[in-house]
Amino acid sequence: MTVQSATLVVPPGIAIAAPTAEVLPPVKVRRGLFGFIYRYPTIAFGGALLIVMLLIAILAPYLGTVDPTALAPAKRTRSPSADFWFGTDMFGRDIYSRVVYGTRVSLTVGLSVAVLASLSGLIVGLISGFVRWTDGIIMRIMDGMMSIPPILLAITLMALTRASVGNVITAITIAEFPRVARLVRGVVLTLREQPYVDAAVAAGTRAPTILLRHILPNTLAPMTVQATYICASAMIVEAILSFIGAGTPPTTPSWGNIMAEGRALWQVKPFIVFFPAVFLSITVLAVNLLGDGLRDMLDPRMAKRL
Amino acid sequence: MPLLEVENLQTHFRTPDGINRAVDGVSFHVEEGETLAVVGESGCGKSVTANSILRLIPEPPGKIAGSIRFQGADLLKLSDRAMRKVRGNDIAMIFQEPMTSLNPVLTVGRQLGETLRLHQRVGKQEADERAIEMLRLVGISEAKRRLDEYPHQLSGGMRQRVMIAIALSCRPKLLIADEPTTALDVTIQAQILDLMKDLKSKVGAAIILITHDLGIVAEVAERVMVMYAGRKVEEAPVAELYRSPRHPYTQGLFGAVPKLGSSLDGTATRLAEIPGVVPSLKERLPGCVFASRCALATDLCRQAAPALELKAKAHFAACHYAPKEALAA
Amino acid sequence: MSVPLLEVNDLKKHFVLRSGLLGTNAATVSAVDGVSFTIDKGETLALVGESGCGKSTVGRCILRLFDSTAGQVILDGQRIDDLSPAALRPLRRRIQVVFQDPFSSLNPRLRVRDILAEPIRNFGLAKSSADLKERVARLMEVVRLPRDAINRWPHEFSGGQRQRIGIARALAAEPDLIVCDEAVSALDVSVKAQIVNLLQDLQKELGLALLFISHDLAIVEHMTHRVAVMYLGKIVELGAKRQIFAAPKHPYTQALLSAVPVPEPGASRDRIILQGDVPSPINPPRGCRFHTRCPYVFDRCRTEVPALRPTMTDHFAACHLHDLPAAQNPLAAVAA
Repeated sequence: MTVQSATLVVPPGIAIAAPTAEVLPPVKVRRGLFGFIYRYPTIAFGGALLIVMLLIAILAPYLGTVDPTALAPAKRTRSPSADFWFGTDMFGRDIYSRVVYGTRVSLTVGLSVAVLASLSGLIVGLISGFVRWTDGIIMRIMDGMMSIPPILLAITLMALTRASVGNVITAITIAEFPRVARLVRGVVLTLREQPYVDAAVAAGTRAPTILLRHILPNTLAPMTVQATYICASAMIVEAILSFIGAGTPPTTPSWGNIMAEGRALWQVKPFIVFFPAVFLSITVLAVNLLGDGLRDMLDPRMAKRL
Repeated sequence: MPLLEVENLQTHFRTPDGINRAVDGVSFHVEEGETLAVVGESGCGKSVTANSILRLIPEPPGKIAGSIRFQGADLLKLSDRAMRKVRGNDIAMIFQEPMTSLNPVLTVGRQLGETLRLHQRVGKQEADERAIEMLRLVGISEAKRRLDEYPHQLSGGMRQRVMIAIALSCRPKLLIADEPTTALDVTIQAQILDLMKDLKSKVGAAIILITHDLGIVAEVAERVMVMYAGRKVEEAPVAELYRSPRHPYTQGLFGAVPKLGSSLDGTATRLAEIPGVVPSLKERLPGCVFASRCALATDLCRQAAPALELKAKAHFAACHYAPKEALAA
Repeated sequence: MSVPLLEVNDLKKHFVLRSGLLGTNAATVSAVDGVSFTIDKGETLALVGESGCGKSTVGRCILRLFDSTAGQVILDGQRIDDLSPAALRPLRRRIQVVFQDPFSSLNPRLRVRDILAEPIRNFGLAKSSADLKERVARLMEVVRLPRDAINRWPHEFSGGQRQRIGIARALAAEPDLIVCDEAVSALDVSVKAQIVNLLQDLQKELGLALLFISHDLAIVEHMTHRVAVMYLGKIVELGAKRQIFAAPKHPYTQALLSAVPVPEPGASRDRIILQGDVPSPINPPRGCRFHTRCPYVFDRCRTEVPALRPTMTDHFAACHLHDLPAAQNPLAAVAA
């Protein structure tokens, strides 16, 4: 029989504690998507911006664009207007279309470099941290690579090959992966000391299995955060490479190329440089916010879990 | 008038998952020069209580309500500036981890002198002299040499002594010791407990000792208060509590502690287990906080939280079924 | 005379610390310096001592989590300290471990069912995947956790429950000996009692031997059969529980026992308070390692290392006092 508290019969002589007051206003525990946005606004905002950029890149042909490489010298260097939302450049090409298609290049480069550098850095870091005798050699090589500024390294590598998006991706990946390797190695060194790794050894697990089942999954969180920063960095490096002519070929519209071409006219026709610059900044901001948010979300939980 | 009088202290924290009611209506007092032990397991709110007295709770996620009267003045109503004058000066605190409670990049002399120079406005020369005096008081040999040493050059026991020295440097009236020996080895713990007993008589400060170790409580405390899930469930003078614990939780705690020497006099029995786990502090419990784990719990317990009642001389327990003794006329 | 389950002979483990610019300044930490003992089937040996005495290192050497510097570890008559990792692997089944920290002893990225399945799979103990599932569920029952909790993640459990999962993992391999490395030290008082009771019950039911490493003497007294007291890498006293707790024959054991606070207010204590701190294991004192803090120290202690010798049947102590005539030996008068 359940007794309602309103009709509770209290035997005589029983002392009941006074109910305690509420000190703080009640917390609305929000679950689901809204809960997520409320708790992690940076991830939500950065992620949303990035999704918008991705959609722009994918849906480029349907966003009111024309052929970004179409030359129309009669219409050159027109200011932004109803016909040409961002104006035209010195060859009469529609800047709006070029900037929108340029999203594809930047995001392709950014995401590819992030994925490739993470994978290669992960493998190198895992080996370096787990197989002790390789640690010294590998880390010295990584140190050597990191001591060269990534942009110079990328320029040098591009100088050895011809300009193409694929080569740009490769060059920047080589310049960026040592950072991931060093991070992963550091995490692996900490994880090796964890009691659950010792327990796995005592339970007869072989070394490769320990690496894949116990160590690898726990490196993914910090590595993912690093990957977002690499994405942002890669997009900027690609823009710089293109700006100085060592990046994507001039026919491919990329934000760096557009800015490079507009450089000479910067003071009279600033809109040529302005729009790609804004798009680049927003995209880099989005990725950085995503990375910061991920780091905050994963860190305190990692402390609790680890 | 008691030195410290805490009335209906509530310290709640906002978390994304709800409100964490770490301390929910705790009242107690400490007389001058007496030692009150606060006993409980992790999550019971004893450390939060100590931090609330010194207002070391970060106020955006947390909020303290109630009244904490120290020498008549309500600490919760003081300005930040006035509160800073109290901390370290009138009320001092020593923490559990000597490793992280001392700043690793400052010398011992600097850290000892900091409190002195802040509260008593003495120059460096005099601060050093007083620091040496304090180090000798806590039993550190070669005190002058230690002034220039860094925390990592000292052992755990010595670091704890330095912490005690810093806490006592301004002769506070109340010392709050939060698990001061938990991180130390048994033989070092014996040294520190010995030191604390010695200092009690020399310095005359009242002590609030927070611990989970019933042995330490028996050695050092005069009165004991047992906390569970943010509430006070029992309070009594130490001999009385150990002779006859009345709250089922306290009884469970005593039953769960093995006694040294149990194998010799044939009293070795199975340790008493308290079934279940501590309830989450985020849910509002209508009845007694311990009801979910108590063998004696009835519907009354689950709906009406028991108030602290006087069960024997100076012995309070919050339980509907704890027996009352007829008090001497 | 049956062969003991585990025999440790003169075990030594030295760590080399490198410091200096090129790592040339090497100092040696003799963490374990000549430790010998035996454990019989179904018995509990407690290894007690304070931090830095080497007890955890002894446990890890037995488990071959790292290799010892010298000495022998013999399991059921077979030496295991010199086996190759491949030859050792099937024997690992017989010695398992429960660690101290419930929060880092379980992989946070594995569900409980995978954590428990790992030893079963490694040693091929399950005949089919259905058998594996059943074994995992039964392990949960043995440690008094709900069967359906196997699909949950470690962070969903409390400290005491995670420690139970750790014990279940140790039991999964059906071992003969479990090394409990401070297995209850990080738990609350009431949770400690639950886990201690569980370990004792399991020992009775399954005939397990336990190497119980701890610094908590009251818990040790409650659950062990024999005790070995360690100080700075050496065993200073070894014997049956009753004798060690009633009549300790080494000054360090005496001091250790008298240092434990007793939950009895007003009990008069003849406390032996040791002076000074534990010396560093990098530069241990010459002669008897305890002589710098011993209340009974005399000349011989400063130069000669005492050997672990019997003072009674099955009660050994490493102290020069026992070579003195009884009238001069303050420990001889301590009666059982």
